[in-house]
Amino acid sequence: MSGIPPFERFYETHKSEVLALLRRRAGRDRADDLFQETFLRALRAYGRLEHGEHLRAWVLTIATNAVVDAARRERATTELSVEPASEDVRPAVEELAPLTDDLPPKERAAVVLRYGYDLDYDAIGAALGSNEQAARQAASAGVRRLRKEKEQR
Amino acid sequence: MTAVPTILDERFRAAAAASGELDVAYDVLDDTPVGPLLVGVSDRGLCRIDFDPEPEAELERLARQFGPRVLRSPKALGLVQRELDEYFTGRRHAFDLELDLRPTPDFHRRVLVELNRVEYGHTTTYGALAAQVGAPRAARAVGTVMNRNPLPIVLPCHRVVGANGSLTGYGGGLDRKEWLLRLEGALL
Repeated sequence: MSGIPPFERFYETHKSEVLALLRRRAGRDRADDLFQETFLRALRAYGRLEHGEHLRAWVLTIATNAVVDAARRERATTELSVEPASEDVRPAVEELAPLTDDLPPKERAAVVLRYGYDLDYDAIGAALGSNEQAARQAASAGVRRLRKEKEQR
Repeated sequence: MTAVPTILDERFRAAAAASGELDVAYDVLDDTPVGPLLVGVSDRGLCRIDFDPEPEAELERLARQFGPRVLRSPKALGLVQRELDEYFTGRRHAFDLELDLRPTPDFHRRVLVELNRVEYGHTTTYGALAAQVGAPRAARAVGTVMNRNPLPIVLPCHRVVGANGSLTGYGGGLDRKEWLLRLEGALL
């Protein structure tokens, strides 16, 4: 369990940024429900974490997934509705997730945040608690590794 | 910085406790007659009472002992708070709470179980407790167990005094021991 902070501290550290992201992506009204959903999902997974690194990228990824799921639910219940703006839904995330499972955590986070969420390297650097250059390196190392694995199959 | 509205924060904390996913829900009761108390419950019962809490250090300790999913959630502490209130106002003489002593070593637990039989308003001695757990020469060790009692007040280590009747010591400070014994009428 070493390195994993008590959930209280994790929540206090990230709650403000999570709410900001949710408001930006889902609007002020829906953000309230998604806020609770995001941290309940995080709580459910928290006992299975093996280390306390990249918790910021992790919870922002969970928040983004919650937005995606909510948009999908909404689409399913509103027949004939207009397609939600593509910015709200990132199906690439679903395709990427199983492919990147075996990558080292930092590379995986960088690849998913870059190609799944279309974040720029500056934002990814911030999400990973490092910087733009490190994010760029992690993403390209991840892609190289994926390519190599694909060739070996 | 986006401020998280209080209502949103409280709603999540309550939902987290209700989800059954927490290892420990805790709160700090700021205005009890014996000063601020940190109180924690796990899914098995009351697992911590701490005088003069330093939440940062206490959080780490709870996470180490019970798991990292430790969250302040006042709603989850309602029952404990009510029983403590009743005790502090003299309306309750025994607690009806499940206790979670998982991290407590075996010898300590045996002593604490024995301690729990000492009734409201009565006192015993370190030596007598030691004899009751079959270790008559372990009075000092019993003193250590009292000092590390994870559930003071509820497990009444304040009712244990020296063989000559002196108060001897208390993890929460002698003033508090004296106050608790006076409350119970064990001390005039």
